[in-house]
Order: sequence, then structure tokens, then C-alpha cells
Amino acid sequence: MQEITLLVNNRPYSGTVEARTTLADFLRHSLGLKGTHLGCEHGVCGACTVIVDGASVRGCLMLAVQAEGAIVETVEGLAAEDGTLHLLQEAFSREHGLQCGFCTPGMLMTLIELLRETPSPTEMEVREAISGNLCRCTGYQSIVRAVLSVTGRPGGAPGDL
Amino acid sequence: MAENGTRASGRNHAKSVGQRVTRIEDGPLLTGHGEFLDDIVLPDLLHCAFVRSPLAHARVDSIDLEAARALPGVHAVLTLEDLMPKLRSGRMPLGASPVGGQNKSTPFVLSGKEVAYVGEPMVLVVAGSRYIAEDAAALVNIAFSSLPVVSDARKALAAGAPVCRTELDSNLMSNFQVGYGDVDEAFASAAHVFEDELWQHRGCGHSMEGRGVVAEVRPGGELCIWSSTQMPHDVYYMLAGMLRIEQEKLRVITPDVGGGFGPKYCFYPEEAALPAAALLLRRNLKWVEDRRETFISSIQERDQYWSMQIAVDAEGTLLGLRGSMIHDQGAYAPKPINLPYNSVTAVTGPYILPAYRMDVDVVHTNKVPVSSVRGAGYPQAAFTMERMLDLVAVKLGIDRADIRRRNLIPADKMPYTKKLQARSGASLVYDSGDYPAAQAQVIAAAGWPDFPERQKKALEEGRYIGIGLANAVKGTGRGPFESGAVRISQDGKVSIFTGATAMGQGIATALAQICADELEIGPEGISVTAGDTARTEIGLGGFASRQMVTAGSSVKLAAKAVAEKAIKAASKILSVPESDLELDDGYVRKKTGNQSISLGELARVLRGAPGYAFPEGLEPGLEATIRWRTDALSYANACHVAEVEVDPDLGQVTITRYVALNDSGRMINPMIVEGQVQGGIVHGIGNALYEFMGYDDEAQPLTTTFQEYLMVTATEVPNLETIYCETLAPGNPIGAKGVGETGTIPAAAAIISAVENALAPFGVRISQTPVSPETLFKLINTARQASQPHSDSQS
Repeated sequence: MQEITLLVNNRPYSGTVEARTTLADFLRHSLGLKGTHLGCEHGVCGACTVIVDGASVRGCLMLAVQAEGAIVETVEGLAAEDGTLHLLQEAFSREHGLQCGFCTPGMLMTLIELLRETPSPTEMEVREAISGNLCRCTGYQSIVRAVLSVTGRPGGAPGDL
Repeated sequence: MAENGTRASGRNHAKSVGQRVTRIEDGPLLTGHGEFLDDIVLPDLLHCAFVRSPLAHARVDSIDLEAARALPGVHAVLTLEDLMPKLRSGRMPLGASPVGGQNKSTPFVLSGKEVAYVGEPMVLVVAGSRYIAEDAAALVNIAFSSLPVVSDARKALAAGAPVCRTELDSNLMSNFQVGYGDVDEAFASAAHVFEDELWQHRGCGHSMEGRGVVAEVRPGGELCIWSSTQMPHDVYYMLAGMLRIEQEKLRVITPDVGGGFGPKYCFYPEEAALPAAALLLRRNLKWVEDRRETFISSIQERDQYWSMQIAVDAEGTLLGLRGSMIHDQGAYAPKPINLPYNSVTAVTGPYILPAYRMDVDVVHTNKVPVSSVRGAGYPQAAFTMERMLDLVAVKLGIDRADIRRRNLIPADKMPYTKKLQARSGASLVYDSGDYPAAQAQVIAAAGWPDFPERQKKALEEGRYIGIGLANAVKGTGRGPFESGAVRISQDGKVSIFTGATAMGQGIATALAQICADELEIGPEGISVTAGDTARTEIGLGGFASRQMVTAGSSVKLAAKAVAEKAIKAASKILSVPESDLELDDGYVRKKTGNQSISLGELARVLRGAPGYAFPEGLEPGLEATIRWRTDALSYANACHVAEVEVDPDLGQVTITRYVALNDSGRMINPMIVEGQVQGGIVHGIGNALYEFMGYDDEAQPLTTTFQEYLMVTATEVPNLETIYCETLAPGNPIGAKGVGETGTIPAAAAIISAVENALAPFGVRISQTPVSPETLFKLINTARQASQPHSDSQS
């Protein structure tokens, strides 16, 4: 067992994990942050995407011990403390960017990273950004529309991302 | 449009049905607080893994569990023999069947003597964590003797072919014929007869959440099962028949379900094994399917092989269609022959066909069992019919839209009775729809008439562009009923309980909208409990695009009954005539004046108080349960036009434009309808170009990751242009038709039609799905060698 300490959604956590425990399993089962979902466990579907030290990673391909000392952001940290949804979450609901919701946390975290780096992406940049996130329900179009609706393209003010 | 004119309308509340209402499901799902199967936590929960067969067909010589059982953290390692004290049968019952029961094609709970596909569950491991359970599974030592493998459905019936399971005499599970009219006469008198061999492959369902089961042992010998299923009531009934437990001590719940798409429509061995093990061990257990398990154990639709002949007159009017079809059923059949039966009875689609005959062989192979994936046999039917129509059009030089127009059922022939029967024996009656108008609208929107000019110009630039179209119909709203209950509690909160299953499609929001309009409230505060056998006594669940029609109708009638009861009760309590009262935003108010009473207060009065007076002439409870009955189907229709560009040197297809019309009757929530249509189309695009579940000659699966099995991603699809019509369904109280599958059904046919059209200069005929770049490249090269095109491609 290994001791690790990390910051998840601005809260410090410490605990012991087996070296082989993935970051996604640690978040889900040790910290109870079950919003991070596992869709393939081989790094393709993107459902487990979280942000580690500012970069999106596959929670299923990273070991929890590798996140020692890291700043981790998950879907649970997106909405405000009072429950007010993040602009992107709100846009997903408004534009029907989710159906079953299983891929949604990974989609959101991937897009948060995109919008931090490229605040006004083109449609193609949005599609490229989520090309590593599989969604069986939506056909992606409503997700793309949701993102573009919060970047002022077309319409709407740039989000606080 | 409006059909609610007979009811008193509220003063404040705008109608919700027909509006793009945001979904009541979204909040928890967006914030990471959904509760999917793997999110369920119970005290002292143990975790399970299955040992699965590594061989497609083998005799099991011995199973050595010693090393696995000795691993620290392992609680039990169980074979079928170990589970039998808690099971009435080691064999699974037949699903979707009025008789149920086991037969020689239903799977085993666990297999210990012979295995018939790679992935077949054999041993159940129970441990303190999934990690340890998988460690232990790897320590189970099984000795096999290989047996001959049936890997190709087309060879399964050949003389001397091995059988896929030694208990069978033949791989033929079923042979049946459907048809009508004098087919031979139609062909004898036809001006033209054309024929083709078609292969269709549909792959897997691949909801992003796999299957999973949690079994909780409760005090009093009760057992609560959570399953990521489309069919909680089916699981409940079948589990009650399988386990040595009284039905009343069993409860099945669906948590949030991360997509269904067909594979969760079956009752699986794991759903019997886990509850049996929980009863045996008296422990709470969880199993969550990983993606590799999805590939080798969840239902696939896979392969059908069609040999078809079509007869037409000189103008391309259909005279007859005949042929045979081989359906790959895989190693077992968890359901009867519904899927191939759907395929061959749906072939005639929206067209008038005077004579038809099909001969179908349903054959076993040593592969994962087959049942429904979104569309359930209909996409293959549409592909067959549309490809045959294109064949006629190309051969006779008729425009592909024209040949369809000449053969579509005209609107004035509705309702139109097909000379085919459902498996129940009932006639297939198309209730409503205007197929010619739908096609005309789509081809106008897609610029079909101008396309030949654009194509000519592109070809001059060395670019191969093509356009294709396809029509489809889908029987939706399958009965016999779905439960819908509406209850108002003493705080005024409105709740809906239904046997319909929520699996991501937004059924809760749509039902809430219907209920809201009847009660003159907003839908946002309504709670919907879908898929809990303790809350809804009987139900059927999610399949065949049925829930909006069936559950929606029941909820509408239940909410209407509650509304009427509220008015009646308020009339007694307020001493105001019913005709002077109306519902308004949670209250019953006097139309003129200030008198009112809240729904919560009415519910409190109607729940009764011991010894106090009860309003005269009223039944207790402010609630109603309706199980609206139907045997008829509501037929939704779609027409798709796809435009593509093909690079003949790479076999690469780019979809450049996609226009789709969908008519699913009344749209309760147009936003949700759009989501279903778009998602359905993209599923069909996957079927046309990408998704392939491969096996080698020994029936070893070749595609067991998303790196090998290609799902459509965001960069492969253009913005889909969708058009919606609302031909109201005459046969149900809400006028709706199902929409979950209509997007998928014609999509592959439209895309392949476009690809073939783009390659018209080469004279390529495409008779299969999916079409990979490699396949296309080979087709082009073969055609090139056969006859050089006028100009070489240069892209």
C-alpha cells in the first residue's frame, strides 16, 4: 500500500492505495467521487477523463499513485458550491447535449480543457477536441452546439471557464 | 394540432407538450450525481468476476478451483453445481415469450461441461474487490478438449458440418417462410428480373455503460436486485422462475441506465448467477461488465445473408420479391425468432409489393448469442429493399427517387394493410403516414434534382461525389400495455410510476410533460419512478420504440383521471359546482372569485383520517393507475438523403451532407425527438462504414477493444439536417409514434446508395454493410480492371 496526498476539486485528500489502483477507481471507490465513469478501461472512450495539473487525462490509464501531489479536477467540482451549474453544464442541458449521461462527465472535462486553451473554438476544433470521447446517444451534434453556445459563436457570452 | 380543447384550460400554465422542455433528468447527470449501477454502494459489498470460455467450442475436462479459492481476499469461487441449491434450473428461460421455459437453445447460467462461444460464463468468483476477483479468475485452471467450430453461418447447414453444441442434432434452430401473392406468376410475367446477394453486419449495441448487477440480501429472506437492464419486470418474472425464492420476496430496480440500444433487452446468465450466489452466500454482491466482456458476452446483432430476386414491369413498378435469408443466431437464443422475423416482415417497408416470398434459416454458430440492437432487424430489411430498388433504377436508367415514388404507398390508401402477419397472427396495419410527401420534401431540401449537374462538375475536377436516399417505416408502440400511475402526495408533489424503463432517452421528462398538461402544472417538479417492480406491479419495459406510445398514453389517462377526481373532490369540499372549477398551478380554483384548494390539501383529505368524515361519493386517494391496452402498432416513417465524397485511391468515404425527415406523430418534446433521430442516424452511419465485430475461422473474436471495433466519433459526422413531420397516430390518446429506432433504420441504406452513386463511373455495385476503406478499394480496383473508366481518378 502506498500513501498519497492530492488536491481534488480544491479539497485535500490523503489515503493509502494499492500501487495498481487506477486514478479512476481511487476517485470512485476511495473518495466516493462517482461522477467519473469507466466506459472501456482501455483509454479509448474518454468517459473517465479528468483534469490533472491542468491537463486532461484518462482516469483509467493513470495510477492513483501517479497523482501524488497533483491537483485533480473532476465533474463534481464544476458547479458552484451553491449548486449553480457551470455555464457549460447549463448549455448541455439547454441544447440536449446529454441523453443517458454516462459519457457526460468525460465530455465536460475534455471541453473545459479545450475552452481554457481555446476560448472561442471553431466547430471543427470542438469536434477534434471530443474525438476521443465516445457517445452512443447524441450523435455529438448537440454537444458541439452546446459548446459553441457558450463561446459566443454563435450567440452568447464567453463563459467563465 | 391541439387536441386538448375539450378540457378547461388553466389561467396561468402554458402547455408543456410540444415544447422543447429541458429534461428533469439532467441535473444529477451533469454534476456527477447520477446513480448508475456501479455507483450503488451497500454495506459489506463483495465484488464478482466471471471466468469465461477462451475457446469457441470445447468439452470441459476438468475445472480446478483450488488456487483461486486459496487466494487471500477471495470469498467464494462457484460453478453451476455450487449454485444449483438456489436455482430451479441451470438453464436460462426463453425471454419475450408467452410460454417462457427452457429449451435446447437457451443459455446456461454457468457452463461446466461444454462451452459454445468465447466469452461464455463458466465460473463466478466472489472477492473483496474486483481487482482480487480478477486475480482469482486468472487462477482458475480449466482443462479443455477442443471441438470442431462453426464459424460461418453459411456453412452451418452443409452436409457434414459440425454442430455448435453436441446436444444439438443440427445447427438449424428454425426454418420458416413468410410471403403472400402468386410470386412465381409475378416473376414469370415480369418485364425485368434482377438479383443480388447481400451481406449485412450490424455489430454490437455498445451503450457507454455496460451491463451490471447488484444483489442485496435483505432481512426476511428478501432479495433486491439492481440491474442495468431495459426490462426490470422481465428480469423479475424470469428470476422468480429461476430462483428458489417466492416472487413476493424479490424486487428488481433499474438505477440510472447508461444507454440500452437493445442488448439490455435480454435476461442474461449473470443476472441469474449473481442473485443465486447472493442467496447462497447470504452476502451483497456486485458485478459490473467491463468492455471486453461487452464484446464477448453482450448480445450482438451481427450477420444476415440475403439472396434476393426482384421483379418489375417496364416502368419499374414492383411485381414481386423473393429469396432466402440466413440469420446467424450465435451459440444460443435468449429470445425466440423475433429478430429474423422482424427483418423479413419489414422488407416491404413503405412500398406496395404485390407478391413476396422468403425462406429463412436461423442457424447456430459458435459466436456470442444474437438478439436486438437498435432497429432490431429493420435496418437489414430497409437495406435489402432499398438496395434492390437502386439496382432496378440503375439497370433501367430510372431516377432512384422516381422508382421509389412510383411504388410508395400513397397517403389516401391509409390505413394500409400489409398482407403479412405479425408473429401473434395479427395483420400488419400501417395506421397513418404520407410517405410520398415525406420523400418529396426531403429530396427538395437536399437538392436532389440539381445533384447530377453538381456531380458532373465535380467529376470534371476529379472528385467523386454521390447522393443516395432511403425510406423506412417502423412499427412502434408495441403492447399489450405499459403501466402508468399518477399520485399526488399531501405536500402537493406529483409522482409518476411506470413500468417503462428510463435508459437515457428522456422518458421521465416526456411523461412529466404529458402529466403536467393534464394537471395544469409545470413538468419540472414532477418525479418519475421508472423501472422498480415494488412500485409498479406489472410492466414490460424498454424495447421496440414503444414507451412513449404505451406509457405516455397510460400516464395521460391516469393524469386525466386524477384531474377529474381533484375537481370532483374540490366541488364537494368547497361546495362549488364542478363546472365552475378549474385546475391551475397546483390548485383547484373557482373560475370567478377567490375560492381555491391546493392539490396537496385534496390529497390529504382523500388519504383519510381515522374516524373523521370522508367526502361523500369519492374513492380514497388522489391517484390513478392506468394500463392502456393496445395490440396495434403505430407506424413511424423516415426518409434520408446522404451526400458523400469518395476518394477512390484510398477507399475513403466522407459524408458531406445528411438530410433526414422523421415522422413520429405528435412530438411530446421536439428536443428529445431530435436527440433520438440524430443519435439514431449516427448509429446507422457506424453500421454503414465503421462497426464490425470480427471473428476468425475458429470463431475467436478479433475486435475486443474500441481500437479494433470503430465507433463513430465527432469528426466523422457532418451537421445533420433534420426535418420533422407530425402525422398524428390515430390509435392512441396522445397521437405519438416511437422515435428511438427510426433514425437508424434507413441510414446505412442511404449512405451506401450515395457511395455507390459516387462510384458510378466505375460501375461498382455495393451489397454489404459495413463498407470499410479496404473493401471499397478492392471493389473499385476490381471494377477498374474489368472496365477502365473514362478518366482516371486524381484526388
